[in-house]
Amino acid sequence: MIDVALRDTPLNLDECARFVSHPSCGGLCFFVGNIRDLNLGQTVTHLEFDAYDPMAIREMRKIAGAARERFDLYAVALHHRKGDLAIGDAAVIVAVSSVHRAPAFAGCEFVIDELKKTVPIWKKEFREDGSHWLNARP
Amino acid sequence: MKITCFGIAREIAGGPSLDLPGVEGATVADLKHRLIAAYPALGELISFAVARNEVYARDEEVIAVGDELVIIPPVSGG
Repeated sequence: MIDVALRDTPLNLDECARFVSHPSCGGLCFFVGNIRDLNLGQTVTHLEFDAYDPMAIREMRKIAGAARERFDLYAVALHHRKGDLAIGDAAVIVAVSSVHRAPAFAGCEFVIDELKKTVPIWKKEFREDGSHWLNARP
Repeated sequence: MKITCFGIAREIAGGPSLDLPGVEGATVADLKHRLIAAYPALGELISFAVARNEVYARDEEVIAVGDELVIIPPVSGG
């Protein structure tokens, strides 16, 4: 079971937990990526996420599917925000479930690591001294 | 041919898309070279990929009429 979402409204951890819960699963693992107030020593005021929606959804589905196969997970929920986000907002939630805890931990880490490599979503950081797209330039 | 831009590529192109004529029949590698020639700032990025019909395109793929082409600068989601 896979649930993927890309939304401009707040993400909901309970919703993800409900989706991955199952009587057969003793291990549920979650990763929540929040917007933090400092990056490289600079104060961040807010962030803006741009996304190529149809391809982002497609890539997120691929990653969730790969994680299920590779770690024998029961379910994967992968929700990402887009638009303007404030400090403390959740930008991404990964929720996975499996019979035991080890594959849940490993699968959860795999999903967020792969998302950061391939999913076409871009973060623009706004600081007191200006704004820039992250990771774009050497 | 219209090529859609996201993230920093949108700022480099000066809008949400750019137009390159005569791209049909070229390879993705050719397209990347032509993009860098037309927009040198793209060559200053860490890297950039091209998506063809919502999938990362390999350099040797040939662009066909009707393809949806998108410049994918380094991603930074999560």
